[in-house]
Amino acid sequence: MSDVLAVTEHRRGELRDVSYEVISAGRELADATGGDLHLAVISGDVEAFADDLDREGVDYIHTVDEGEEFNHDICVQAIEALHAELDPQVLLMPNSVNGLDYAPAVANRLDLPLVTDAVDFNYDGGLTVTREMYGSKVETTVEVGGDRQAVTVRDAEWPQAEGVGDAEISAFDADIDTDTGSTVTGFEEVGSGDVDISEADFIISIGRGIEEEENLDLIRDLVEATDATLASSRPIVDNGWLPKNRQVGQSGKVVTPDVYLAIGISGAVQHVAGMKGSDTIIAVNTDPNAPIFDIADYGIVGDLFEVVPELIEEFE
Amino acid sequence: MKVLVTVKEVAEVADDFEIEGTEVDERYLEYDLNEWDDYAVEEAVQLKEDGPAEEVVTVTIGPERSEETIRMALAKGADRAVRVWDDALEEPDLLDVETKANLLAAVVEEEDPDLVLTGVQAGDDAFGATGVSLADHLGFQWGAVVNALDYDHEAGVAHVHRELEGGVEELTDIELPAVLTIQTGINEPRYASLRGIRQAQSKEIAPKSLDDIGLDADAVESDLTLTSMYEPESESDAEIFEGDASETAGQLATVLREKGVAE
Ligand SMILES: Cc1cc2nc3c(=O)[nH]c(=O)nc-3n(C[C@H](O)[C@H](O)[C@H](O)COP(=O)(O)OP(=O)(O)OC[C@H]3O[C@@H](n4cnc5c(N)ncnc54)[C@H](O)[C@@H]3O)c2cc1C
Ligand SMILES: Nc1ncnc2c1ncn2[C@@H]1O[C@H](COP(=O)(O)O)[C@@H](O)[C@H]1O
Repeated sequence: MSDVLAVTEHRRGELRDVSYEVISAGRELADATGGDLHLAVISGDVEAFADDLDREGVDYIHTVDEGEEFNHDICVQAIEALHAELDPQVLLMPNSVNGLDYAPAVANRLDLPLVTDAVDFNYDGGLTVTREMYGSKVETTVEVGGDRQAVTVRDAEWPQAEGVGDAEISAFDADIDTDTGSTVTGFEEVGSGDVDISEADFIISIGRGIEEEENLDLIRDLVEATDATLASSRPIVDNGWLPKNRQVGQSGKVVTPDVYLAIGISGAVQHVAGMKGSDTIIAVNTDPNAPIFDIADYGIVGDLFEVVPELIEEFE
Repeated sequence: MKVLVTVKEVAEVADDFEIEGTEVDERYLEYDLNEWDDYAVEEAVQLKEDGPAEEVVTVTIGPERSEETIRMALAKGADRAVRVWDDALEEPDLLDVETKANLLAAVVEEEDPDLVLTGVQAGDDAFGATGVSLADHLGFQWGAVVNALDYDHEAGVAHVHRELEGGVEELTDIELPAVLTIQTGINEPRYASLRGIRQAQSKEIAPKSLDDIGLDADAVESDLTLTSMYEPESESDAEIFEGDASETAGQLATVLREKGVAE
């Protein structure tokens, strides 16, 4: 067998971007394995989703019409049954928050070796996956043995599939036990409030490099002198130093200002997810190897406690 | 109720470092308690302080060096610790999820807790998968990326919030026994008090070999082989300002003025 099975994702009636990304990743891999690309669409309005997912490069779409929203028990059973039916060489899943909630269980149940958060892969008779470690400071290649493999792919690493395909769409009867041990009871929106940082033209964002809560005053002075909008990475919000509505990133806000000035922020993938669309990115960081410099347009390799006071002086 | 917390000692890489083969040279590594596990320990200790939990046990797969980290968790209020290590674990450069879940599952079966808390991910290898894999090994229920936990002792149900992307949280009820993977921000991890640090000295850290937990070398056979490690090639064409703080700040100010965002 040389097919690839990729699992799509939706929430509250809408397909998520990762669904189109796993199509591109899956097509790339299926070309290398010389097989077909199958998609799994589980729960929700599966027929409408399937039509939308029928993009260029998709060969088969399997719908499992069970439940409205994602539930890991249903998802795991559906993938398990599909895998038994299709016997794909590689099972691709998104490394999304819901992916974290089912992919490891699927791999365990199917006894597949699992590699998570892939940024690249290569298939040449065997599967090799590229992934990062140590907060993106190093990249590694991992050879994955076994007869069949499971891989989760990082958000936004592959382009979103486009065009219109002519996939064969069919309903799959997975014979699912709906007596599940976990029940989704609702959703809650968090992080609203007085300011909406996603509207700002100029954002000054502060990270763990600030060290202490008191030191935030220094950044506030800079924000005031430049008439910017203050934002932060996650640890600052986790510590309770700034409210949730100031957090930039995967679980916070997505911002696209003219200028994003990141001070003492390493540039973890979940942070970058929220600000990489900014027009101009400027980083101030003591670590010349900090991943934030990889996406920056301008940078200062230096100590914020020396640079920021000088910067304030420039604008006072 | 008994709560088990998995605690990993993670390696952090210095600003400048060198890679030897498929490893970062030991000289450039510093070890610490995994950030996510710090929150998991705090959540478990709070469950004890608030009543429902009688005992909090930590479990670590790690060499003797990791006892320093384990002591930190004990100083913060865990009652005792289990540390699994074996010569068979020295060899591979990377312990994969399946291996870790195998070992942890053996300890969970011995300890028989009602609730297992892990971190969402380890700061170093960042698989983000060990907790959910462990749950499925055990036949436990689970919830990943939990940032609020309200435990109903009567019903044996954990009401949790799962933090999804983009400021949306999923509200889920999970039947125990369960594994929850804990997200940062769920609580405010305490600093170890002097008293806590003193008490931790006399708490038990039980070392266990594979044999002790009823496993053999097969349990650590991995299908994953780390074949290379390198510094990612920077795609960046960032212009790095040169000079002292006042010079670099001056150049940055010029850019901000040019872009029209500050005067
Ligand atoms: C499911 C999930 C969701 C997440 N969602 C988000 C999210 O929405 N947003 C987010 O930001 N993170 C998120 N994270 C966390 C993310 O993985 C990182 O842990 C976090 O972004 C790190 O924040 P930081 O860069 O401020 O801290 P660190 O990574 O600790 O970086 C601090 C930086 O400051 C530099 N520094 C230190 N001292 C100085 C100094 N004096 N001057 C200048 N620089 C200095 C250091 O060199 C370092 O690069 C999420 C993680 C997970 C698992
Ligand atoms: N060696 C280990 N010892 C104890 N717990 C671990 C170990 N590795 C991973 N874990 C737990 O599993 C979580 C996720 O790790 P990972 O899947 O490696 O990203 C961590 O936050 C720990 O709670």
